[in-house]
Amino acid sequence: MSVHKVCGIETEFGIMLRGAGESNPVTASSLLINAYLSDLQATAVGPTPKVGWDFEDEQPGNDARGANVGPASPPEIETHLVNAVLTNGARYYVDHAHPELSTPECADARSVVVWDKAAELILQRSMRAARQMLPEGQELVVHKNNSDGKANSYGCHENYLMDRSTPFHQIVVHATAHFVTRQIFTGSGKVGSEAPGVSRTEVPFQITQRADFFEAEVGLETTLKRPIVNTRDEPHADAQKYRRLHVITGDANLSEVATYLKVGTTAIILAMVEDDAIGEEFTFRSPVQAMRRVSYDLTLQRPLERTDGTSIRPIEVQWALLEKAQKYAETHGLDMVGAEVGAEVLDLWEGVLTDLDDDPVKCADRIDWVAKHRLLQGYRERHGADWTDPRVAAMALQYHDLRPERSLAQRLGLRRITNDAEVERAVSAPPDDTRAYFRGRCLAKWPEAIVAANWDSLVFDIGTDPLRRVPMMEPMRGTAKHVGTLLDECTTPAELLARLGT
Amino acid sequence: MTEREQKRKPAPARTDEEVVEAPATSETGEKLKAEMDDLLDEIDEVLETNAEEFVRSYVQKGGQ
Repeated sequence: MSVHKVCGIETEFGIMLRGAGESNPVTASSLLINAYLSDLQATAVGPTPKVGWDFEDEQPGNDARGANVGPASPPEIETHLVNAVLTNGARYYVDHAHPELSTPECADARSVVVWDKAAELILQRSMRAARQMLPEGQELVVHKNNSDGKANSYGCHENYLMDRSTPFHQIVVHATAHFVTRQIFTGSGKVGSEAPGVSRTEVPFQITQRADFFEAEVGLETTLKRPIVNTRDEPHADAQKYRRLHVITGDANLSEVATYLKVGTTAIILAMVEDDAIGEEFTFRSPVQAMRRVSYDLTLQRPLERTDGTSIRPIEVQWALLEKAQKYAETHGLDMVGAEVGAEVLDLWEGVLTDLDDDPVKCADRIDWVAKHRLLQGYRERHGADWTDPRVAAMALQYHDLRPERSLAQRLGLRRITNDAEVERAVSAPPDDTRAYFRGRCLAKWPEAIVAANWDSLVFDIGTDPLRRVPMMEPMRGTAKHVGTLLDECTTPAELLARLGT
Repeated sequence: MTEREQKRKPAPARTDEEVVEAPATSETGEKLKAEMDDLLDEIDEVLETNAEEFVRSYVQKGGQ
């Protein structure tokens, strides 16, 4: 049975301190986030959230394949690092030496695009705020990308709510097929390869930033030997009912259409898996090899070997999945991903596949790797530069620079899905159709009374002993419809707690 | 109906071609080249002045 595809994106950003000698990324990331929070405080009318994250229930070592097998090294939960929850329900924190922002829980892929764009604005404002605190000539620069070109990678992870009772093996089979082949429209492009032994001549440019870093098919790791399907089992919700699929394969996207398709297509496919509606299995002889082959082939023509000995091009897999999704829309409806959003995703998906089949360059207004490649080709032709020219690598990086005056992605006429007004709103307001609404509104209204927050609870201090925890185990409850009026009416948190009956 | 079905099916595989870079589009006309030239002029001012130094110094710690 399908459950509503609540979803979100957590993005690790690249960060550098320019104009100084050495820079410690942990310090830089902390400074960046603290600058944003101070700025909020300085410009706020009332009190602003300085709420800490509540780690009590975090269990990243739980493995979907059974019990707690534990990761190879103990999880690094750095409780002393900056870790803020914002009034839009997002989490903004330092993680593994990067600033990271996790969007609030969204009820559909379009909302994810809105709150992901809002995240970019937050990072931009953080840079501006930090600039004012740094010595003259120094600035923090943030990139929305996934690799430094020197074999260090950081992720853009997606999260999807799923029905616990769906056999994990089924998820692995179908998710693998999609993650390997969706790269043709989710990739953000990269000069060269960071896989050992692959030369610049063999791979001058590839479709994704991340393919080089995936070395396993299924597993718990996220920082080395990365698996195509990650088995982390931390639902942050009722664990009897729900699973949260934690997806680590994607590139961060600057193109709104690419983000929309990345999340939208995956949500539909996972709903189909829950309803056992896909039928055909696309299994590759070596998924890890297949993932790289897709990324290295700009023509999209090179076939992948299936386990039955036949071969298939990645775009054919995507066409098949699209057709099954179109049928599924008719038989089951797309309410689980948002009916209107689902229909729009199907249209965009078909349009992109049609254009990729015809001539990939037609997708330059929708697909990041195509836009980037076209720009770099134009530059190379004009200056007679080859792929090893540092100016080309510098441009490829600058595509992802989040400073509006420097970003190259900003200038390429990428199609918008969102409008400026809704993105601005999403910087400080939560979605109104998930539990993020309850979290965000409480934080905005009573920041001084909230001691700690978590994805599935808020902890209040209303002056009594002990502290009061409000559980939020249902991602689709605590919406505007459920608690909007209640939140409007309550003047104090004590009143809220009394009326909630907790 | 038939036309829509045709649109949905994947295009037949193109014959193997020497692949150095992505195929040049059949639509690269004067207009597209001019647009690209304008764009390159425009961004020239914001590009890194010392590309080599920038690329060399862009180092991140691994994340997830």
